[in-house]
Amino acid sequence: MGAIIIPILILGGVGLVMGLFLAFASKKFEVEVNPNVEKIMEVLPGINCGACGFPGCAGYAEAIALEGAEITACAPGGGSVVEAIGGIMGMTADTSGEKIVARVACQGDKTRVEKLYDFDVELKSCATAMLYFGGDKSCWHSCLGYGDCAGVCPVDAIEITEGGIAKVDEDKCVSCGKCASECPKRVINMVPQSQKVTVCCSSREKGAVARKNCSVACIGCGICQRACPVDAVHVKNNLAKIDVEKCIECGLCAIKCPTKAITNTSREIKKAEVIEEKCIGCTACGRVCPVDAIEGAVKEKHKVIEEKCIGCQLCYDKCKFNAIKINVTEKTD
Amino acid sequence: MDLGNLISIVIGAIFINNFVFAKFLGICPFMGVSKKVESSIGMGMAVAFVMTLASAITWLVYNFLLEPFGLQYLQTIMFILIIASLVQFVEMAIQKTSPNLYKALGVFLPLITTNCAVLGVAILNIQEGFNFIETIINSFAVAVGFTLALVLLAGIRERLEYADVPRPFQGVPIAFVSAGLLAMAFMGFAGMQI
Repeated sequence: MGAIIIPILILGGVGLVMGLFLAFASKKFEVEVNPNVEKIMEVLPGINCGACGFPGCAGYAEAIALEGAEITACAPGGGSVVEAIGGIMGMTADTSGEKIVARVACQGDKTRVEKLYDFDVELKSCATAMLYFGGDKSCWHSCLGYGDCAGVCPVDAIEITEGGIAKVDEDKCVSCGKCASECPKRVINMVPQSQKVTVCCSSREKGAVARKNCSVACIGCGICQRACPVDAVHVKNNLAKIDVEKCIECGLCAIKCPTKAITNTSREIKKAEVIEEKCIGCTACGRVCPVDAIEGAVKEKHKVIEEKCIGCQLCYDKCKFNAIKINVTEKTD
Repeated sequence: MDLGNLISIVIGAIFINNFVFAKFLGICPFMGVSKKVESSIGMGMAVAFVMTLASAITWLVYNFLLEPFGLQYLQTIMFILIIASLVQFVEMAIQKTSPNLYKALGVFLPLITTNCAVLGVAILNIQEGFNFIETIINSFAVAVGFTLALVLLAGIRERLEYADVPRPFQGVPIAFVSAGLLAMAFMGFAGMQI
């Protein structure tokens, strides 16, 4: 018994002495940390995605408090975080600007695109698939669907669908842009969330080839470019591209696209309606309507044909007498 | 106190039995901190402080607490406990007095805790049966030898930055090759007797 007590006492005693010594030293050698760093760290989202360009949220907090970095660099935090940081540091910043989200510009899932070979390796990833003839799908430009983007997303906003392509949950997306840089095919684009009309294809192949590779590919036919009432769609390198600044989201390009490569995810149905009392029958709206949905002779009250109206609001913008109103309803399907 | 004896201990610790080149202890901070000469000197000083103090305290604890009670078997764990506490203290002190050195050393400062060189010198002092003064001198000399090795390699590595190194060797591989060549050079001291 005695043989155990003494070692325990000695070892324990030395440990205790050392502990007390360290406790004393930690008080004497206390380092002052700028209190702002702690406060800023608390309001930052804490996901350490690095979109701000600093090493993690701690790095960004230090940069703001000690080196005067920009307080608007946190994409996931958004406007609320910028305001909170502004409150701590006594600054204000412009928090306007819409939410940018990632969007996968490809609809080429397994029902539409063929597999060229059996990719049977141990490490299945988009980057490794690229090493084998640029991927195992018949369209070279398509999303490979092995989830490199999903793996790098800090908020798990990307899932690989049943059909085998990536899909971004735009509400979860924090705009860090990591998926876009990770994708070896570069099919992920960063777009404003409010932009509902998208060209869901990245194929640069000529029409016939693109169509053969994928049933919903953009064949570069240019019908969308001709249909667009505001000249927002242009075909370049056999691929349509929508200029989000000009696009009024009328959805005409999506309706007219022969391969359904352009999608319109708007949940709203907009219909124009003529306010009879104010209409003077100038026919300006009828002439600007791209689908001829307004009928009415000169000097007579005009009427909108509801079934034809696509809600592009061009008549509403044109009417100088405020005789048109737009009815918005939610899609119920 | 035999001065000749002390001098032979010092020369032995720095050149003949250099802890890095002859005994291969402390390789981790050796490779990790030797990119710049400045941080190498800082690291060397931190190690010197820890080594000397740790050896002194461990010698005292061994000879007055462990041996009288026949508890030599507690040597390893007791030494590690003392070294760990000392390194914590050194880390706090450096963070307060020289934040730049603290940032430069980074994670390698707490790594001095598990640095086998520190534990090695503590155990070696006991094995060789040194008295208190000899222990302190030996430990300090070992630390000087360690610093010498660090600074030598740092000087070489700084020059290597501008050399035309083949791609597979760039960075750490060529540093290891250089360290090996340095060790071979130090073999020239082997077998010397002062």
